[in-house]
Amino acid sequence: MQTMNSTSQQNQTPPLSIRNLWVEYSVERGLVKAVRGINLDLRPEESLALIGESGCGKTTLALSLIRLLVKAATITQGTITYRRDGQELDILSLNSRELRRFRWRECAMVFQSALNAFNPVLRIRDQIYDTARAHGVTSREETHQRALELLEHVQLDPKRVINAYPHELSGGMRQRVLLAMSLLLDPQVLILDEPTTALDILTQRTIIDLLRRLKAELGFSMMFISHDLATAAELADRVATMYAGNIVELGSVADIFYHPTHPYTLGLIRAVPTVTGDFEELASIPGSPPDLIDPPSGCKFHPRCTYATERCRVEEPKLEPVLGIGHTVACFHHDLVEQDTESLAKNHSHTTRKNTL
Amino acid sequence: MAELTRSTQPKPLQWLADFGRSIGRFLRLMSRNKTGFLGFLMFVGFLLLALVGPLLIPEETSADITAIYETPSRAHILGTDSQGKDIWSQIVHGGRDIIQMALLTGALSTFVGITLGALSAVIGGRFDATLTTAADVWLTIPRFPLLAVLATLIKLDNLMTLALLLAFLSWAGLYRSIRAQVFSLKERDYVEAAVALDLGLGHIIFQEILPNMMSYIAISFTFGMTSAIYAQVGLVFLGLVPLSRNWGVMINLAWTQGAIFFKDSIYFIMAPVAAIALFQLSVVWMSRSLEEIFNPRLRTG
Amino acid sequence: MSEYLIEAKNLVRRFGSRRERVTAVDGVSFGIREGEVVCLVGESGCGKTTTGKMVAGLLKPTEGQVSYAGEEIWGEGGKKGDGFKSYRLKVQIIHQDPYASLNPSHTVFKILSAPLLHHKLVNSRAEAMDRVVSLLGTVGLGPVEEFITKYPHQLSGGQRQRVSVARALTVNPKVIVADEAVSMVDVSIRVSLLNILTNLKREFGVTYLFITHDLAIAKFFAWEGRIAVMYIGSIVEFATTPQLISDPRHPYTKALLSAIPEADPELTRRKQRFELRSQDIPSLLDLPTGCLFHPRCPLFEKGLCDVKRPELTPIGGGRFVACHIAAREAGRS
Repeated sequence: MQTMNSTSQQNQTPPLSIRNLWVEYSVERGLVKAVRGINLDLRPEESLALIGESGCGKTTLALSLIRLLVKAATITQGTITYRRDGQELDILSLNSRELRRFRWRECAMVFQSALNAFNPVLRIRDQIYDTARAHGVTSREETHQRALELLEHVQLDPKRVINAYPHELSGGMRQRVLLAMSLLLDPQVLILDEPTTALDILTQRTIIDLLRRLKAELGFSMMFISHDLATAAELADRVATMYAGNIVELGSVADIFYHPTHPYTLGLIRAVPTVTGDFEELASIPGSPPDLIDPPSGCKFHPRCTYATERCRVEEPKLEPVLGIGHTVACFHHDLVEQDTESLAKNHSHTTRKNTL
Repeated sequence: MAELTRSTQPKPLQWLADFGRSIGRFLRLMSRNKTGFLGFLMFVGFLLLALVGPLLIPEETSADITAIYETPSRAHILGTDSQGKDIWSQIVHGGRDIIQMALLTGALSTFVGITLGALSAVIGGRFDATLTTAADVWLTIPRFPLLAVLATLIKLDNLMTLALLLAFLSWAGLYRSIRAQVFSLKERDYVEAAVALDLGLGHIIFQEILPNMMSYIAISFTFGMTSAIYAQVGLVFLGLVPLSRNWGVMINLAWTQGAIFFKDSIYFIMAPVAAIALFQLSVVWMSRSLEEIFNPRLRTG
Repeated sequence: MSEYLIEAKNLVRRFGSRRERVTAVDGVSFGIREGEVVCLVGESGCGKTTTGKMVAGLLKPTEGQVSYAGEEIWGEGGKKGDGFKSYRLKVQIIHQDPYASLNPSHTVFKILSAPLLHHKLVNSRAEAMDRVVSLLGTVGLGPVEEFITKYPHQLSGGQRQRVSVARALTVNPKVIVADEAVSMVDVSIRVSLLNILTNLKREFGVTYLFITHDLAIAKFFAWEGRIAVMYIGSIVEFATTPQLISDPRHPYTKALLSAIPEADPELTRRKQRFELRSQDIPSLLDLPTGCLFHPRCPLFEKGLCDVKRPELTPIGGGRFVACHIAAREAGRS
């Protein structure tokens, strides 16, 4: 198990590239088009947040990356390419043996229902050995050492935790063990599904700080899916907002939060309260998420959009670049949104915000 | 508003249309599960056989010693028995008692199980503790030997008596499983809301909890039926119950007549055995479809 | 005559057998005035939901009392008191999980008409229909024909929560206990749900006990009200929302406010942290001596905080705090 060498920092080829990915679920009522033509790169050592609400396809997308979709789901189009040390792997064409080597060693995933991911009758150390062995690492000694190191990294008492049963640990501790386990085989890419949802405030804080530190120390690329804008604001370098199976806006975290150009992104930001500062009016987005079996025509967001025009009902916008490096948005009226955002930025100038403590 | 107009202006024969639609929906839901639907068809077949059959096929009462143990032929579809009587007609006539009793026992034991189980779980306290202990004790009693003993003490020539007795003996198992189900449903948020809305114990049991246990109840009913049939057939086979015109009686007769020893007479014993086995199978298969019927997620408003 | 519409008096709730007894709520007292919003905020295990259920009369307190309109609802021997009947319909609850709060076998019409018909609040089914239509309008579910015949599984999470609110409204309650009512709903829908609740307050004077772990939502919903912060079964700070947010006194409140991630990158990454001495939450079976927060508290004073348990003390301006240090500092200024 080698650790990442520093030359990869200069290496600009993204470890993970998704091109034109389409995923469909077959259910009784019809075909659910959960992911509709996603193009995305995960850059080396970057932290990318996929923000969206229930039913936007973000979890389907994440599961496709390690091919953990259910039987009813089919990847109908597109490619997922993984790169490391100049070599390329077409993820969608791997057989099951190759997949097992890919998962956990190259790309690890931490699930949302993480707290129940443990086998209650096995000690932590046995679950760690099993995981390592399942993915091709048979040396118990090596695994043990690495595990102790990582448990230390996640600020747990290694000797105590490695010999414990899951029920002896608190929810926050289990989450940290899972993080440690995911990094066991030194993956280049870490995918987290809702890492902070359902956690208490102080535990959230610990996990967020931990992720930040781990990423800085171990140098992996991180993609996390969340509906929580605050987590993205804390951890992300870039943010992609997803709606109805598409990415509707992609940009740096500053661009997304301070210069959003898609009505949905703006809507999300306006719907989330902050604790610091005075009372702010919030606005919700009218309507409900679309039916993915029979989605609206044209732009999928148009029924809920205050900027929608006839063109939006007919044509679906593609991601186009706007101001800001690497900032793209899929909206015909992004300039109108930009104007409204300007006034938003003026009223809530982040540079004049007071820290209360 | 569509809903309002329908309720304020009832059309003539509207009920017939609604009924037809319900039947259609029922059949559609039943057919979702292939095995279940097959079981359902078989079950209906048996019901028709037992209830309508006797009206169509005459009962043979006279023996015909020239036609002992005849193999199946056009005159006698399943052959004849040791007295030359047609086996097929005996099957047709022998089903009614068994099936009626199975339905009756199933219904009675399910009713008792639901009432006691639901009340026990909802009321709790000493009532619950007493009943549970009683059930636990009851379950340790071996049912069939007790049944055999009781059969010698009570005159079991009446269908109703037998059904009641069997239901009485099997209340404990159903009580416990219904109670467990109700316990888990009782904690649901919507039940708590009903408590906050002060909708009353009756509403909570019959409107909030039981409708969400229907598939469980239906399956308990089918198992009540199957175990009742086995009990009855067992009793009849052992000659403890003086019923006639019954599949169990046929087996008893065939056994005592030594029908298993002759090649030609095998139909005499196999016919009732097969009939019982197939009926049980139809009930068990049908229970699979019952789950679909009672699944609220398949309802569309 | 009490100034409070509904009052919790020294509520205590214990769970478990004689061997393993856990005190989920240990002496909680507060009052809510008519038309007011009081938020109970805290992390999981602090006892806020248990307190909420006791206030809603769905859980009997092991000790202590709940009063509604001056009358105590629990009588002798733990039986329902004389005040219970008039109280029952006046205090309703909205649950957290939209997927568990509605009976899956009932249509929306049945869910909403059941209480109306049972309590004879309407005289006929037609009248019930009118009332249901009006309720659906109040919670913003329309067109009505589309909803009345639907089953819960055909509705989205946000829609189900609205039906829950409508159901609570059928009996014209004066107090609604909202137990994490928006936590499991999409972010973009939360605000509209909270706005419905706020409108009910403005139009009908509904009083709220709003339970949440999200301080940001508490700040938004209860800006004109008060927030009580709970830690392991007791209230540690109780103040008006603007006071609590801008000038927290209890170290736990300070820690929470500084730890919350916020949807503003610059702000949240530069926020100054109020560091705690330990991340470990004490087990309910082995609680610390003195102040329950002392093992984690940076203001800890040996000999005081690990010996004497602080009471919820008034520190002026209608504020209360349960901390020896904070009370002392407030006494000085």
